[in-house]
Amino acid sequence: MLDIRDLHVFHGPIEAVHGISLSVGAGQCVALLGPNGAGKTSTISAICGVAQSSGTIALEGADLSKASVEDRVRSGIAVSPEGRRIFSNLSVEANLRIGAGVRPDRENVARDIANWFETFPILGERRTQPGGTLSGGEQQMLAIARALMSRPKILLLDEPSLGLAPRIVAQVFQMIDRLRSEGMTILLVEQNARQALKISDYGYLLNNGRIQAEGTPADLGGSKDMMAKLTGLG
Amino acid sequence: MEYVAQQVINALSFGAEYALLALGLAIVFSVMGLVNFAHGEVIAVGGYTMVAFAALVTANPLIIIVGAVAATAMTSVALERVAFRPVRYADPTTGLLTAFGVSIVLQNLFLLFISPRPIAVTSLYFLDAPVMLFGVQISSLQIFESVTTVVVIVGLVLFLQKTTLGLAMRAASLDFEMVRLTGIRANRVFALAFLISGLLAGLASVFIMARRGSVDPHFGFNPVLKAFVACVVGGFGSLPGAVLGGFLLGAVEVAMLVLLPQDYGGLKDAFVFGIIALVLVWRPDGILSPAREKGDKQ
Ligand SMILES: Nc1ncnc2c1ncn2[C@@H]1O[C@H](COP(=O)(O)OP(=O)(O)OP(=O)(O)O)[C@@H](O)[C@H]1O
Ligand SMILES: [Mg+2]
Repeated sequence: MLDIRDLHVFHGPIEAVHGISLSVGAGQCVALLGPNGAGKTSTISAICGVAQSSGTIALEGADLSKASVEDRVRSGIAVSPEGRRIFSNLSVEANLRIGAGVRPDRENVARDIANWFETFPILGERRTQPGGTLSGGEQQMLAIARALMSRPKILLLDEPSLGLAPRIVAQVFQMIDRLRSEGMTILLVEQNARQALKISDYGYLLNNGRIQAEGTPADLGGSKDMMAKLTGLG
Repeated sequence: MEYVAQQVINALSFGAEYALLALGLAIVFSVMGLVNFAHGEVIAVGGYTMVAFAALVTANPLIIIVGAVAATAMTSVALERVAFRPVRYADPTTGLLTAFGVSIVLQNLFLLFISPRPIAVTSLYFLDAPVMLFGVQISSLQIFESVTTVVVIVGLVLFLQKTTLGLAMRAASLDFEMVRLTGIRANRVFALAFLISGLLAGLASVFIMARRGSVDPHFGFNPVLKAFVACVVGGFGSLPGAVLGGFLLGAVEVAMLVLLPQDYGGLKDAFVFGIIALVLVWRPDGILSPAREKGDKQ
C-alpha cells in the first residue's frame, strides 16, 4: 500500500532522517518505534508533504513525493498528528466535518459522524462543545475520527498515546486494534514499543534517523536488549 | 430627546461603517496573519470603478454599485494571487512590508494614470436623503449602512458556522497546516478570505462615495486607518472583535463630537485615540483578542 524508499527528511539545513525505506502492506498495522528525536515525526511529516524530503513515497504504486499536501490527503493518506492538533475553537462536530472536507457525499458524511458519536458516546454528548474543552484522551479519539472522516486508504498515527494516563492508553490501543481488524491500513508511530508491537504485524526501530532493526513483533520482541536500549521502555 | 436619538443613530451608522471596514481587514488577518494595508486601495478601486461606470457605462446606480463591488472583489483576489501568495508562509514583517508596497504602488498608479485630483460621482447622492423615522430626522444613508452591515454580519456568521469551507477558515486561523492535512486546499481558503474582504471593501466604498461624492488617490487612507484602529481595539484576528471595535470607535467619535466644546473640535481625533489607548491599557491585546492556542500541542 505505502512504499517508502531512501527517504531523507530535512528541517532547513538539518537532515533528520538519513535514507530510510519502509513498507506498509494493505490491511497491515506497521509500527515505527524509536526514542525522542529519532526522526519519527519527521518521517510522518515527509509522508504528508509538510516537511522537505527526497526519496520516493508511493501509495498503491503512485509516486506522491512531488504532490502537494492536499493532493496526498486526497489520494488517500490521513493523519492524526503529534499533539493531536484538534481545532480547539471549533465544535467536536465541526472538527469531524472538516475532516470530511474533501468528500462530496454529504449524506454519508452525516452518517459517518453519527457512527462516530455511537462509537464514542462522549464525543456525541459534547458534539457542540469546542474541541479544546475535551480531555487529552477524548481529543485523541477525535483526532483519529477526524482523520478517518476522509475515508483514507492509510491512517498515519503519530504517538497517539502521548501524555495519556495508562487506562486511556489502553483504550486508544484497543481502538487502533479494532480499526486494524476492520481492515484499515495503519502506520503507527510510538515510543510505547511493547504495546504498539502487540497490535502490529511488523515493526521498524528508528534511531538517529536510521532504521536500526526491523521485523515481526516476535523478531523484535526477541531482542529485548536492543529495544530497551532504543526505546528506554522495553 | 430627539437630539440624543439622532446622535445614537449617528453613532450606530458610523459604527456600522467601521465594522464593515474592520471585518475586511480582520478576515484576511485571521487566516493569514497579514495586516493588509492595501485594503484602502482596494476601496479606492471601488471608488474609481464607480467613476468609470458613471462616466462611460450607465447612470443606473444599482449597476454602478454592483460594478464597484465586483471590481473590488476581483482586485482583492488578484492581489492575493500576485502579491500575497508568494509571501504566504513568510514571517509577518515580510507580509506587512508587501502590503505597504502594494498600497504605495496602487496609489501611484491612481496618481499617474487617473488623476491626483478628486473626481466627483453624483449618481449616488440619492442614497443620502433625509428621512423621518419615529419623529427623528436621519439620513437614508445611515439606514442603508446599518442594514447592510447587519446583513453582512448575519451572512458571515452563517457562512462561518454552517459551511465546511467556512469552518475551515475558522480552523485555519488556528492551525493552517492542519487544515491542509485534512485535504482542504490552502489556495481556496486564502482566495476566499480575500474574496470576502474584497466584497466588504466594495460595500464600504459605495457608502464612502455616497457620503463624500468624490474619489481621489487617498480615498482609502482614512477608512483603512479606522479599520485598523477598530481591529486593534476589538482584538486583531477576532471577527466579533472587529465588529465590536468598529461600533465602539463609532460611539466614541460621536460622543467626542457631542461632548467636546466647539473650540476643541479640532482635537476630536486626539481625544478618540486617547480613549482607545486607555482601552488598550486595560486590554493590551484588544477586548476580544482570540484565545491563545490552548490545545495540548506538544
Ligand atoms: N522543525 C524542525 N526544525 C529543526 N529541527 C527539527 C525540526 N523538527 C525536528 N527536528 C529535529 O529532527 C530530529 C528528529 O525529530 P523528530 O521530531 O522527527 O523526532 P521524533 O522521533 O518524532 O521524536 P519524539 O518522539 O520526541 O516526537 C530531532 O533532532 C529534532 O531536533
Ligand atoms: Mg515525534
